[in-house]
Amino acid sequence: MMSVDAPASPAPEAAPPATGATPTRRRRRSLTPWLLIVPTLVIVIAAMGYPIFWQLKTSFQKYGLKQQFNPDLPPDFVGFDNYVKVLTNPDFLAVLGRSILFCFLAAFITVILGFLLALLMKRVGKVARLILQIALLLAWAMPVAASMTVWVWLVDWRNGVLNYLLGKLGLDVEGHNWLADPTTFFVIALIIVIWAAVPFVALSIYAGLSQISEEVLEAAQMDGATGWQRTRHIVLPLIAPVLSIVLLLQIVWDLRVFTQIKFLQDAGGVANATDLLGTYIYKMGVGSADFGSAAAVSVIMLLLTIALSWYYVRSIMKEED
Amino acid sequence: MSATTSARRSAGTTTVRKPKVSTGRRVSGWLWTLLAVAVALCWIFTVYWMVNSSFLSTVTLQKSTPTWLPFGGSWDNFKNIFADGTFVKALSISLGVTLLTVLVAIVVAFLGALAISRFRFKGRKSFILAMLLIQMLPAEGMFIAQFKMMASWGLVNNILGLTLLYAAAVIPFTLWMLRGFVAGVPAELEEAALVDGLSGTQAFLRITFPLLAPGLVASAVYAFLQAWNEFTIALVVMQDNDVRTLPLWLRGLVQASATRETHWCLVMAGSTMVAVPVIIFFMIVRSKMSSGLVGGAVKG
Repeated sequence: MMSVDAPASPAPEAAPPATGATPTRRRRRSLTPWLLIVPTLVIVIAAMGYPIFWQLKTSFQKYGLKQQFNPDLPPDFVGFDNYVKVLTNPDFLAVLGRSILFCFLAAFITVILGFLLALLMKRVGKVARLILQIALLLAWAMPVAASMTVWVWLVDWRNGVLNYLLGKLGLDVEGHNWLADPTTFFVIALIIVIWAAVPFVALSIYAGLSQISEEVLEAAQMDGATGWQRTRHIVLPLIAPVLSIVLLLQIVWDLRVFTQIKFLQDAGGVANATDLLGTYIYKMGVGSADFGSAAAVSVIMLLLTIALSWYYVRSIMKEED
Repeated sequence: MSATTSARRSAGTTTVRKPKVSTGRRVSGWLWTLLAVAVALCWIFTVYWMVNSSFLSTVTLQKSTPTWLPFGGSWDNFKNIFADGTFVKALSISLGVTLLTVLVAIVVAFLGALAISRFRFKGRKSFILAMLLIQMLPAEGMFIAQFKMMASWGLVNNILGLTLLYAAAVIPFTLWMLRGFVAGVPAELEEAALVDGLSGTQAFLRITFPLLAPGLVASAVYAFLQAWNEFTIALVVMQDNDVRTLPLWLRGLVQASATRETHWCLVMAGSTMVAVPVIIFFMIVRSKMSSGLVGGAVKG
């Protein structure tokens, strides 16, 4: 009664790039699509929508001593007081500055390194490329918590590999705890974050590079363009869209870096001077239960993320048109 | 974006390599290969060190010189990890939360993906926009509020509570991934089945669904990885030692390692146990995941 062979022949990949294609049928008004998105909406609104609403509300309120002694008392409405308090607090400004500096440094170094590794993958033979790709994939696949236990041990002051290797190089670092000083703490955090992020960036850029026509490059070579000129004037403009998207994603992801900092703080002992936005909010909310200020900082962080993501989301949406 | 598209179109043509290679070029070729291998070693070292150390004993690891190869190693650390009840406990919590999350996320996201790829409806664009934005929101910007909410619902230290938060976190991207797969199955196929006399549901179940199986598997693995690896939300919501997930259990092992003696061989064996399933699953879905993230800019 039905043609059995019909579905087998056109594989999903063989279909036209139909992501944005207009589904001509079922254009009629029907309730079905709304019913289909109801479960998504319910879960997302329950788990995120409501907390974000609570957070907005709380950021304009104050939980004072009064409420601590009598939890039934409603909190006082204080307008923008929490924001003013937070934004004039030198501790918070230091954390904010540090977080922004950290995420831009990490993101730019990651993208530059990723780009260089992608070029390297293009440059070497099949076997070397495969070795490099497998190494990157394995590093990428590591769960953050698992890789952090290894990193904490590698930089351990008693018998970590880092101090051993530096000692071999003739440096007197025996028993030196790199996590005790905020500067070296962040250098190590930066290395770990970049190590984890480079594989995604390098492999994405490599995929972009593979789409550049060999003919164009060879024609340029015939015309006397040097390797650097070819990279600068042909390769870079062609993969600029990929570069900007991965850079943007990295900035947004590095702004929220939490797990790495938490593990290093646990291992190192230094506290406040190594906080970034995530750990700062965590301490404020869980440690000192200052919900008004914690909510204000959270709202600032969310707004920052939305501002940074806007271009990315728009560029993805454009393909939908 | 048009530049990459045109580049992609002409990428199919092959060119003939010039056979003549000078010695200078060959030497520099070797240097590049050496560099590539050196970089590979840098990136794989952490993974290697974890596996290597998980086979060695505490005595070996406490030596001032690192032991680079697992000679004389044993499976003792893994036996000890399993003998210790806390790992098994955390494993069961992690498995419970992860499987529940995958189940909920796949069913819910699949319905949503159907809606946006098979229907045009008012509010569709806003819905997609909202999903894309939500996917970018950091848990760190919400977790205090989520904790307060869980506390008021009595869901702190509760697997179901954590599952709800995880499902909400993975559904937007899962939905986006699945949308690509659903759109890849042409609606004409279903229409042909309808002409052949099948009902709409039958056509969907017999034609579309089997073609979607790879996409569903990939999305399920994505959701699995997210829930299995998640640390931040779990840290806030699961405060009892009895309900720790595996990442929290790992943190417990290295916490305060600066001041007290840490049995690194056990920690490494534990990390290996947490990482191995992830690495295997990750290899399965890698290409599908990244093409979803960078959209049309890269066809990975």
